[in-house]
Amino acid sequence: MSTGRAQILDRIRKGLGRKAGDPTNPALDRIQAHQKNLIPKRAQLSQDQRIDLFIKEAERVNATTSRISRFDTVPSAVADYLRRHNLPAVVKIAPADDLRALPWQAGSAITVSDGRGEASDAVSVALAFAGVAETGTLVMASSPESPTTLNFLPLDHVVVVRAADIAGDYETVWEQLRARAAKAGTDVMPRAVNFITGPSRTADIEQTLLLGAHGPQRLHIVIVDEPPA
Amino acid sequence: MHPTSPHFKENARAALADKPLQAALAKLAVGFPQRRLEAASRLPEFEALRDQARDIKTHVLENLDRYLEIYESKVKESGGHVHWAETAEDARAKILEICRKAGARTVTKSKSMIGEEIAINDYLENNGIEPVETDLGEYIIQLRREPPSHIIAPAIHLSLDQVADTFLEKHADLDRNRELHEPRALLEEARAKLRGKFLGADVGLTGANMLIAETGSNVLVTNEGNADLTYGLPRVHIVIASLEKIVPTLEDASTILRVLARSATGQEMSVYTTFCTGPKRPSDLDGPEEYHVVLLDNGRSRMIGSEFHEMLRCIRCGACLNHCPIYKSVGGHAYGWVYSGPMGAVLIPNLIGMDEAAHLPNASTLCGKCESVCPMRIPLPTMLRRWRQRQYSARQTGTFARTALRLWAGLAKRPKLYRLVMGLGVAALGQLGGKGRFKSLPLAGGWTGVRDLAAPTGDTFLAQYHKGPRGDQSGDLMRKGFRS
Repeated sequence: MSTGRAQILDRIRKGLGRKAGDPTNPALDRIQAHQKNLIPKRAQLSQDQRIDLFIKEAERVNATTSRISRFDTVPSAVADYLRRHNLPAVVKIAPADDLRALPWQAGSAITVSDGRGEASDAVSVALAFAGVAETGTLVMASSPESPTTLNFLPLDHVVVVRAADIAGDYETVWEQLRARAAKAGTDVMPRAVNFITGPSRTADIEQTLLLGAHGPQRLHIVIVDEPPA
Repeated sequence: MHPTSPHFKENARAALADKPLQAALAKLAVGFPQRRLEAASRLPEFEALRDQARDIKTHVLENLDRYLEIYESKVKESGGHVHWAETAEDARAKILEICRKAGARTVTKSKSMIGEEIAINDYLENNGIEPVETDLGEYIIQLRREPPSHIIAPAIHLSLDQVADTFLEKHADLDRNRELHEPRALLEEARAKLRGKFLGADVGLTGANMLIAETGSNVLVTNEGNADLTYGLPRVHIVIASLEKIVPTLEDASTILRVLARSATGQEMSVYTTFCTGPKRPSDLDGPEEYHVVLLDNGRSRMIGSEFHEMLRCIRCGACLNHCPIYKSVGGHAYGWVYSGPMGAVLIPNLIGMDEAAHLPNASTLCGKCESVCPMRIPLPTMLRRWRQRQYSARQTGTFARTALRLWAGLAKRPKLYRLVMGLGVAALGQLGGKGRFKSLPLAGGWTGVRDLAAPTGDTFLAQYHKGPRGDQSGDLMRKGFRS
């Protein structure tokens, strides 16, 4: 036990006029209920409208998007992106089976390696856990198949998200994480959940907006309509 | 840092004469409020969300002991450690101990107001560990050895030329004749310099925008991505947070996120919102091996149940700074310590004591703009008044002000006498001033020293109000009464 813990808690209880050992615990009740608060109307949409809003909001914050129907055409969408920005055809992909199994070399002549992000990686391709239409936000959940460093070290960040995984609001994503944890018998939260809304930016020098501060300078989102197998 | 708050008046005078600062503040005064307004108007539920955000923190503070206990147990469950720190000194010592144990030589740091509050950088440096600020603005002011002048835009007081000069001086290994006239060039240089620091750091020190009791997570909100490279690359992640940062659930955090960025920068959402929970899992390819949270009290538990209790709802968005006529005139450094603006004027006396911070609650026109934009609806003007009342009761208010206040109070409690004296005063000043302005007046040097005082024309407001009927003419009366 650290020093000061008891003193701090005592002072708080004294300030609140309460004694230790009170059997009711409204805090525990609230956590167990984890009720949703107000969800903006903007986020409550049909599946098609959700995807349209997601694209609109993501592009508002300087992300680019492409929408494809089949998952196995992800490499050609990535190849288009590399060509458009005159980038070498070398990418680091997240070590997820879905991505590894794609025809990178055969179809699009892209050299891929997989693993965590390294300083030398120029372009990464990662798979999102979800998207949130409300603000055009990607949700990345860390795991051995989804290393966090891939989202921050490269200058160009390409993220694949399945249309079916685009939710209206953040709250839906928490429900999905809870459901996944209940099924697998694990904790709700992986080590890192990263909400990403556009490419990195700063306005710290004379309030001038510049993209590409410490994280990626460009964020490209590939939306795949095909539902997961 | 040693507070210069006792010298607020001198600081303010210097700030008003500082041309680059005034140019920066003029830009801030337009940009931030405008963008906040646009973001708020894009979200019809914004006001209702502010109510809910306020209610969440009100509930948390009423149960803070319980939430802290739950939060602590959740952090432990996820494999992390919680260290309680009553004072800044306790927090510094704990952080140093963790760094030493990790054999740390370099600590990267993402912007943290608590880090500023406990002056962790100086402490680490004095103990042979190099702290590196990674937020661009914080990096710049660290090079210049200055405190931040704004919660979310710490280098807002500097011009591009000042930053360029700092880089030329401090990045002495680079070509002296390089071009640094564009913001982009400065950013590229800082990005390259800091990349090496990110990759080489042994410990990453971050703050926390929120701590979630349900999951034991800390929330980090940035636009640059520096926090994510700070916790994501080194072997050890230390979170330093004050204890009122707790929110109950992921849903509650989401509600507060909906008002945070909109109030702060006018963004719908900041670029990176990160939820860290414990150290890396056994099969993860990256992430820190150790996860520590240092929970700082530093006077906050004493605010619980006090007349400044509600200040603990603050989420450090900076909206009250951006809308404050005083902040927009003198900037953050004049306040003389880590925090500034209306939230600083309420919080600083709580943290460093009224003796040091006596001027701050008086550095306000009580116009109420801060409360009207605060996402947590903190009654800042009311609390500024409470400090003034305390000063008056403790006889910290000067003799002149006390006498004037007593005279005023005596008059204000006797309406008939008040009207008579005001009527005479207005008539006398009107006679003396004609229809013009006073360049100086006895006892009013504080005003007339820097601007003219308009001479009153016509009767007092009440006299005019009683004279004319309501309706169309009232507009005319107003114009007549307040013509300057």
